[in-house]
This record gives sequence, structure tokens and C-alpha cells, in this order.
Amino acid sequence: MKVNDLILQTVTKVVAFIILIFSIYLFWTGHYTPGGGFVGGLMASSALVLMLLAFDVKTIKNVIPFDYKMIIATGLFIAVATGLGSFVFDVPFLTHTFGHPHLPGLGEVSLATASLFDLGVYLVVVGVTMTIIQTIGESE
Amino acid sequence: MSLLHIVTFSPFLLAIFVPFFYKYIRKVHTGWFVLPLPVLLFAYFTQFISTVSHGNTYEQSFKWIPSLGIDVRLYVDGLSLLFSLLITGIGSLVILYSIYYLSKTKEALNSFYVYLLLFMGAMLGVVLSDNVIVLYTFWELTSLSSFLLIGYWYQREKSRYGAQKSMLITVFGGLAMLGGFILLYIMSGTFSIREMVQNVGTIASHELFIPALILVLLGAFTKSAQFPFHIWLPDAMEAPTPVSAYLHSATMVKAGIYLLARLSPIFADTSVWFVTVSAVGITTLFWGSFSAVKQTDLKGILAFSTISQLGLIMSLIGVGSAALHYEFLGDNIYVVAITAAVFHLINHATFKGSLFMVVGIVDHETGTRDIRKLGGLMSFMPITFTIAIIGCFAMAGLPPFNGFLSKEMFFTGMVHVTKMDIYNMETWGVLFPVLAWIASVFTFVYSMVIVFKTFTGKYQPEKLAKKPHEAPIGMLVPPIILASLVILFGLFPNLLAHSIIEPAMASIMPALLDTGEKFYVHISFWHGWTPELFMTMGVIALGVLLFITVAKWSKLYSLFPQKLALNHFYDRGLSAIDKGSYSFMRLWMTGFLRDYLVYIFAFLIAIVLGTLFVKDAFSMKFDNLAPVGVYEAILIIAMIIAAFMTVLSKSRLTAIIALGMVGYSVALFFILFRAPDLALTQLVIETISTALFLLCFYHLPEMQRLPKKFKFRMNNFLISLGVGVTVTLVALSSHSTKLFDSITQYFVENSYTEAGGKNIVNVILVDFRGFDTLFEITVLGIAAFGIYAMIKLRLTRKESEE
Repeated sequence: MKVNDLILQTVTKVVAFIILIFSIYLFWTGHYTPGGGFVGGLMASSALVLMLLAFDVKTIKNVIPFDYKMIIATGLFIAVATGLGSFVFDVPFLTHTFGHPHLPGLGEVSLATASLFDLGVYLVVVGVTMTIIQTIGESE
Repeated sequence: MSLLHIVTFSPFLLAIFVPFFYKYIRKVHTGWFVLPLPVLLFAYFTQFISTVSHGNTYEQSFKWIPSLGIDVRLYVDGLSLLFSLLITGIGSLVILYSIYYLSKTKEALNSFYVYLLLFMGAMLGVVLSDNVIVLYTFWELTSLSSFLLIGYWYQREKSRYGAQKSMLITVFGGLAMLGGFILLYIMSGTFSIREMVQNVGTIASHELFIPALILVLLGAFTKSAQFPFHIWLPDAMEAPTPVSAYLHSATMVKAGIYLLARLSPIFADTSVWFVTVSAVGITTLFWGSFSAVKQTDLKGILAFSTISQLGLIMSLIGVGSAALHYEFLGDNIYVVAITAAVFHLINHATFKGSLFMVVGIVDHETGTRDIRKLGGLMSFMPITFTIAIIGCFAMAGLPPFNGFLSKEMFFTGMVHVTKMDIYNMETWGVLFPVLAWIASVFTFVYSMVIVFKTFTGKYQPEKLAKKPHEAPIGMLVPPIILASLVILFGLFPNLLAHSIIEPAMASIMPALLDTGEKFYVHISFWHGWTPELFMTMGVIALGVLLFITVAKWSKLYSLFPQKLALNHFYDRGLSAIDKGSYSFMRLWMTGFLRDYLVYIFAFLIAIVLGTLFVKDAFSMKFDNLAPVGVYEAILIIAMIIAAFMTVLSKSRLTAIIALGMVGYSVALFFILFRAPDLALTQLVIETISTALFLLCFYHLPEMQRLPKKFKFRMNNFLISLGVGVTVTLVALSSHSTKLFDSITQYFVENSYTEAGGKNIVNVILVDFRGFDTLFEITVLGIAAFGIYAMIKLRLTRKESEE
């Protein structure tokens, strides 16, 4: 039966972006306020799940042509690479540093290498959640 | 590495090359390449005779594991020289015999000679080692090579059965012996036998002395087939006859006797030793000779005969230990027992070796060993017959053969047991000469059975597979040599007295000798009208009578209930162990996950609660508690209700929803306890897991979809109650006994200055403890790939089935 879920789809088109932005917000402010890569990643995947619910799997695959398994691998790679990067500076594995550079246009910002690691976490969480949901959704 | 070491290890070295000889030189029987080695070794060992007979010893050491005090120290004294000569001498003869016995084309000669050489090297190692650990190593190697040799015709079921039986029994004893050696090491602090002998005072007064003694005796009794461990030897007769002649009459079964003789200086001064060794020996002697008469297989008779003769030697060693209590060498009558033991050891090796070879010839030339089918072979095989007569008459203890002399000395020793005034022997001692005499009568009977049932009487060609004829000369030479030795030692016993027997006795009973003193042995044929002589006459008279009437009274044997036979006990015991362990496993390895969880939780409760009460660790303090607010109380009540709903609900859907309720309450708790990151994560994760539960619920198969009523099980209730109580008690106790402050303060102070973040939780996750997070995301990745793989692989399998 073909269901007319126009409202859902329309709301999704708006809300998904809000959720995505919120997830990015959670991710970026994680070092200072509650949030971080894990919650951010879950939030981002919930936006994707919402889109999956409103549209069907094929459409979403066309719109977002990512292989989520590759995203898991990328995330793990970034996390390990930030750890390995500390060897370049002759310090123990996973040693992080931070600074408050003055960037043109943005003013003084706080940047920490820990955020790169958090980015890895973010990507892995998105990849894992989406892989599981997509795999289960596609079966039968 | 000295020449002595090379000599000891040379059989192993040659064993490496035997397969090459076998493979590349097919025209020559492989045995010819093996034969020179034992001959050379025999020659090598004879050169020690003059050294040793002057009371000197020879020693060579080679470091193996110096940090543990284990070195390959080889030691030649009277006892080890005697055994080395036996091993190499009879080894040479057996190999010569086997060259003619085993077919070049039909048999796997490479493995036969490899096993035999392994055995020879191991046996040399046993008798030459001074270090008990090295001795044990070689000891087990003899068990292993004997196992391989018994199972040489592995396609026969009886061979495999015999090999397994001998392996189980001798390895059991070997392990017990290892335990005894370790106890000896604990007591004396050394692995060297001679250093132990020097510390014998400390050892004898130690509390571990008796356990060590019993363990060592177990090792010796199993290896030397003493009662009740003798049952493996008759089944080991499935081995090729050269193997039986070599291992199961002349060498390996004497390893136990060697061990006892070697450790006599340490243990012999106790009543336990005297009583156990002599009583077990005399019982074995009696039982072996008694059982031998009822056998119909020639090798069976010889097997029981070997058992009985080993018992004889064993009892002599036991009785000889009494010599330590009557310490004046001049007319010490118990020394005679040791002399007899050593002398009979040599004699037995000679006549039993020749008898096995005779039986092998009969088997080889007629195709059977059953005395009911044999008879009248005298005219076909006169030489074999002569050898058999010599061997059997020596075994029966008839003059002028060497068996007569050692049997007379044996009787002397046994008769004197009655005169002993230690260890309550006034009352029990009389059993010894009586049992010894009865056993000798039976020995006489079965010796006559071997000769006369096989070689005289009616010739029954229809029952024989082959037409009998005399054996080839190569097969006859080894038994001829042994039989000549039987006569030679019988007529000139003092040939051995000075060169071999005296030094061997000196190694068995060093405590009897002052420095520079030596035993003086003179064996004479005629020693007057003594009780022993009358006993021998009695043996012959009654033995002849019994042999003539054997057909009439041998039916008595069938009266003996088969159920009480030791073999029956062994077989039943083995299958009982098998079935017992199987049903034990079936009892608790039910295959139900539920049962295993019950075990796991029951053990958790027992161990944790047990520790809590045994250590008196439970404590409860209320001085440092936070006040309970209204919100917490409400949330707790909500959670309890939800938990009960989960457990008691009748439908799965209710349970899932109730579980979600618990999860969201936990998230609320996190908010109340000021953990925003946790609350966020918990909310999302709870949502996802509830969704997954619902998915699973939706996909449950049609048949079981009916909501089942919650079933109450007392066991499960008790276990879960127990786990809850345990965990609660542990939590309360650990909360009440905080031994040091937490390290939180460090994170609070340093999260901004060191890591540039104000969210302490996140800073800990990605910076202070980033390593954990790295592997947590790895776990997530693995889970995702696991789910992907499970679902996709299931799909592809379905497709391939269609």
C-alpha cells in the first residue's frame, strides 16, 4: 500500500538538518560543555535514521552514497593516527596538546589535538550505527 | 662428553641411521648393521671388570641442566657393570637371533631395530645414571620403547591391548617413582644417588622417608611385574619373541630389581623395606609359579615363570637387608641372600633368554606355541631340545646347572628368615620357607611341562601348520651360547664370584664393609647335608609326582573364580573409569546454557559470600552518606516497579517496555547525579537498544510467538536472590571501607591547564584515558562488522542452498 507521508517527509527535510547541526555542535563543544564525539555521532546517525524512516533505503543510498563500513575504518584510522602522531614529537602514544591561536576572522579560538581523536570516535559511531541499522533493515 | 657418554648414547645415534640402512641397502638384513654395536659395547664394558673387581669405580660427568643440579653423571660400579654386561651381551645375542627370526621382506625391520636400539640405550642409561632425574628420563624411555615393541604388530588387537596395559601400569609406577625421587631430593638436597647415600642419616630420620620409600617401591614393583602389578607381563607376550627374550626376561623387568638394589643403601635399614620387599617378592614367586602351570601357551608359561623368578630375586633382596642388623661380616648368613640375588639375576637372564629363544624356534618352525598341539618334536629338533632341557632344568633348580646353586642359596636365605629375631619374624618367618618350597615345586612342574609336553610324547602333525624341522644355525647360535653359559656358571660358579658378584654386592650393601674390606664369595656345589638339600630333594620328588599326575589335578585351576582374577579387576576398573568419567561429564555437562549459568552464579555466590564471611570482611558504616532527596526516592520506586514488571510480565512486549522504563530512569538518575554526558548517551543508547529488542520480538518465529506465562522456579529464584544479596553486601562493605581518597581531584585541577578542556568527562575520555576509548571504538567496529557478516553470510548461504 502506498502511503502518503508528505508531512513526515517535509518535516524530515527540515528537522534532519537541525539534528545534524546539533550533532556537530555537540561534537565541537564537547571539550568544554557536555557532548563530544560519542553523543555527537549518535545524534548524527539519528538524523540519518530519521531520513531512512521518511524515505526508503534506496533513496537515502543515492542521496548519501557512503559505504558506512569505510567510515568505521576511516574513524579508526584517524584515532590511531592521532595517537601515532605523537611519536613525531617524541612523546608517548596518544599525547595530546592544545593552543589558543588567533585566527583571522574568528578571533581567539581554542584548538586541541584531542578533537581530532574525537573526530575518529564520531566517525566510528556514525559508521557503526548506520552499518547495523542498514544491514538489519536490508535483510528480508 | 666422555667415551662412556658416547657409549651410552651410541644406540640412540645408531637408531637415527637404521632407517637409511633399511631403505637404501635392501639386500642385507638390517639387523647386520645393528649387531656390531652391542658387541662392541659388550667388549667395552668387559674392560671395566678388572677395575671394578679391585673395588674401584669409574665416573664421568656431563652437565645437562646445571642450574637445577641435573647432570648426566654416569657411574660404573659392580652393580651397573653387571647390568651393562647383561644388556649388551644378551642384546647382541637377541639381535643375532632376530636377524634369523624376522623376515627381511615381510616385516618393518626399520622400526623394529629403531625401537630395540632406543630400548638398549635407555636401559644402559637407567643402569649407569647416578642422577635420579636422568635415571627417571631413561626409565620412561624404556617404558615407551617397550610399549612400541609390544605393539610391533599393531594390526593385531591383542598386541595393542598388551601394549596399552603395560604402558598404563609401568607409567603409573614410573610417575610414582618420580614422586619418590623428588621427595628424596627434598630430604637430601641432591639428585645424585651417591650423595644421597652419604646423607642417609638425615634421610632416614626425615618424616618424608616412608612416603618416598613407598613411591619408589611402587615404581620398582610395577616395572618388575611384582604382585599385583604383574598382569601386564603375560599380555606383553604378544611382542615378537626376540623382544620377549630381551625385554621381558633379561633386561627391562630387572630394572625394578636394579632400582631396589641401587637404593638399598638408602632404604634397606627399615622394617617397612624388609617386610614389603620380601613379602611382595615371596607372594609374587608363589603366585607366578602357581599360575604358570595352568598356561597352555609356551610364552604364557615363560611369562609367569619370569614373574615368579623376579619375585624370587626380589624376596632375596628384601631378606638380604636383614644383614644390616647383624653386623659382623664373618658368619653373616643374610649376606648369602644378597649373593643369591645377584647370582640368580645372572642365571635367570641366561636360562630365561635361551628358553624364550627356544620357544621362538618352536613357534617359527611349527607355527604354534600351544602345548596341546605340540609334542614329539625331539627327533625333529634335537639341538633345540637339548637347549630346552638345559634351560628348564636350570630353571627347575636341578644340578649341575646354575639354577641349582642359586636355588640352594635361596633356600638358605629363606630358612634363616625363621631364625630372625627382628620385625616379629619369630611368628611370621615360617611362612617364607614354606611358600618358597611350594613355589619351587610348581616351578619344577612347569619346567618339566615345557620340555616334555613340547618335545616328547605323541607327534601330532595334523595340528601343526608347518612341517617341523631344525632351525637355521643363526637362530640356534644365541641360545647355544646362553645354554653353554648356564652349564659354565653351573660347573664353575666362582668364575663370576670374584669379578662380578662381589663388586655388585659391595654396591648393594656398602654399609656392611669397612674401608678397604671386601665381600668374599665362594659358591660351592656341595655344602653338606643341610636342610636346603633335603628341601631340593623334596621338590624333585613331589615335583615328579605332580608332573606325572598333572592331567588329573590341573582341573582344580578351573575352580578358581574368574571374577577374582586380577585381569578381571584391571579390565573392569578400566571400563569403570571410562564409564564413570563419561557419566560424570554427562551429569553436569548437560548442554543447556541455563544449567551452566546456574553453576556459574552458584559458584560466584559461594566464593564471594564465603570469602566475605570467612575473612569477616563485611562492614557497614553510615557516617559518610549523602541525604536522600525526594526525586531520588521517586525514581527508585519507579525503577523497582519497572524491574518487577520486567520480571513478572506475561508478555514480552511488556517486558521490553518495562526495560526501557528502567533505562530511561537510569538516564534520569544520571541527570540527578549531575552526569550530563552520561545522561545524553544513556538516552540515545536506550532508545536504540529498545528498538533492537522490538525488532527481535517482531521476528520471533510464529510457533513460539504465543506469550508464555512467567514460570516460577525455586532454584532460579534462590540463585538470583543470592546473587543480588551478594552484590549488595559487597557494595555496602566496599563503600564502608575506603582505604584511600579518590584521584578525582587531579582531573578536576588539571583538565584545563594540562588538556585545555573544561568538560572533565570528555577530557578523560579523549586525553587522559584516550587509550581505553581507542579500543572501545574498536569494539564497536568489530560488533558492526560482526552483525554485517552474520546477516550477509546467512543470506548468501540461503541463496546457495536455493
